[in-house]
Amino acid sequence: MTATVAVNFGAGRRLARRFAGHRLALFGAVVVVLLCAAALFAPLIAPHDPVELDTSLRFMAPFQSATHPLGTDEIGRDTLSRLLYGGRVSLTVGLVAMLTTVLTGASIGVLAGYLGGWVDALLMRFVDTMLCFPQVFLLLVIAAFIPPTLLSMSLIIGLTSWMEVSRIVRSEVLHLREQDFILAARALGASSGRIMFRELLPNAAAPILVAATLKVASAVLMESYISYLGYGVQPPLASWGNMLTNAQGYFDTVPWLAVLPGVLITLTVMGFNFLGDGLRDALDPRLTLNR
Amino acid sequence: MSLLADAVARAAPAQAAGAPVLRVEGLGVRIRTGRHALRALDDVGFSLRRAETLGLVGESGSGKTLTALALMRLVETSAIEIDRGQVALDGVDLLGLPERAMEDLRGRRISMIFQEPMTALNPVISIGRQIEEPLRRHLGTGRRAARDAAVALLDQVGIRDAARIARCHPHELSGGMRQRVTIAIAIACRPDVLVADEPTTALDVTVQAQILGLLRDLQAEMGMAMLLITHDLGVVAETAHRVAVMYAGRVVETAPVGALFRRPRHPYTRGLLRSIPRIARERPAALAEIPGTVPGLLALPEGCAFAARCELATAHCVAERPALERIGPEQAVACWRHQHV
Repeated sequence: MTATVAVNFGAGRRLARRFAGHRLALFGAVVVVLLCAAALFAPLIAPHDPVELDTSLRFMAPFQSATHPLGTDEIGRDTLSRLLYGGRVSLTVGLVAMLTTVLTGASIGVLAGYLGGWVDALLMRFVDTMLCFPQVFLLLVIAAFIPPTLLSMSLIIGLTSWMEVSRIVRSEVLHLREQDFILAARALGASSGRIMFRELLPNAAAPILVAATLKVASAVLMESYISYLGYGVQPPLASWGNMLTNAQGYFDTVPWLAVLPGVLITLTVMGFNFLGDGLRDALDPRLTLNR
Repeated sequence: MSLLADAVARAAPAQAAGAPVLRVEGLGVRIRTGRHALRALDDVGFSLRRAETLGLVGESGSGKTLTALALMRLVETSAIEIDRGQVALDGVDLLGLPERAMEDLRGRRISMIFQEPMTALNPVISIGRQIEEPLRRHLGTGRRAARDAAVALLDQVGIRDAARIARCHPHELSGGMRQRVTIAIAIACRPDVLVADEPTTALDVTVQAQILGLLRDLQAEMGMAMLLITHDLGVVAETAHRVAVMYAGRVVETAPVGALFRRPRHPYTRGLLRSIPRIARERPAALAEIPGTVPGLLALPEGCAFAARCELATAHCVAERPALERIGPEQAVACWRHQHV
């Protein structure tokens, strides 16, 4: 939904120009693109198979050898390769969870906000109920019953984190639905569905996009978290989260094993957040930045 | 509705020229607020013929806009209800139609333009696409044909460089241009009835005259009936053929525009006309005003709602509400004392 919304704004050149004027956003975009490219082309870039072990070369420090540029872990697996493949997992989960969150949250928010009345009351009480449970407990409970695959993890994360988006969209819609152009659209014979998804949602695109990018970041964190706790991606498959788990036993002697996945998680979260800010500024047609 | 039946429905009334295309009768709207129910519109009635403009005049809060929204069936909420009357478009009662059928009529046979052109357009959709929308929705026009039609419509409402403007977003246009765009959208499907709710109030005077001129030209070209809502009697004199004056949710007088200005038959209309400032050679006396204010809907009196402000009021006026009474072929007034006006 957001994808088409973003495209529908047309005037791509002007958008790109505004976006480029935003330095942090540009930085965020570059980081995100690099991370995505690295994850996408992991099989081509990675010097080793991520699960291939070489017990003669354990705990090798970074920048010591050309065959293992970022060193090796406790059983001699190549850290760079594991980081690349782990990135695939993290970013896939982040993006799929974000899409789930936005689709669910935006639909529920726009329905509640536009239809109002008992629909609104019912949906918002459902949101309240969902918010009563700490997300991590929900995740862990569900993960205990459903075997962790990439898709199931993404869906679980997505379906436990859409409430914020639905509240944002609802409040946005409550304000927008009283605008003249909605009355004007009704006066032209637009149906409720059309008004909700074609007239109202595009106007809420900016906050949705910002929320969406934040959600990628938080989904990446969540994935790391449940993988770290052992309920997510299962070894020997690498994920930044379970790399942290493995590294914690050796933190005092070989800190880089924890630092490297940690830095990547931070970079990803930061990159998506800056990207969101930049998009928000660039997409608002009422803002004219002459930078 | 099948295309053929639709074509027949459109053709038939055209033969019966002079028959009203829109007839509103006994329209009533009720608003529930907490414990009370207000009668916001009571027994509102008027009719509109093809190529005719009816000016709907009254002070703020007299129910002009509510009337327009009610006849488009755009007011119904849990608190607001159209509880009586009839709105007949070519003999079909709109109030009895299911919502789906009403959606098919809106924007195609009956359209509306709004007071505030700055907010009546969707800010994130390009001008062109907003004009294409009703064409594609109602007439099933293809993407490319609709795009061409949108440019032609912009041209028709007097926008130069239409192809470029079609790609603009609303915030890039001035108020006058935006109002032209909303008119282009409203007339895209060549509606039978155009409801214009204070179309020039938010514009400055020179632009006002241009927009009124445009509406007149379009009407002459397309033969649509127009309901022009305004509080500005100058606009009425310039544009309307007939006038309906509203006060406190009722129509108190209807008349052809010439007759109304020559000889108003309701004391309220007379008061309105006297309160127009005129440029005269000698310095005139102080501008006349109507004493008092419009009564609140919660405290509507038993009798004539204007009685408390009326210099001609009698005990009868306070006790009993006058109905709209026909006093000529084209003229009706709701006043017990109209002979004395």
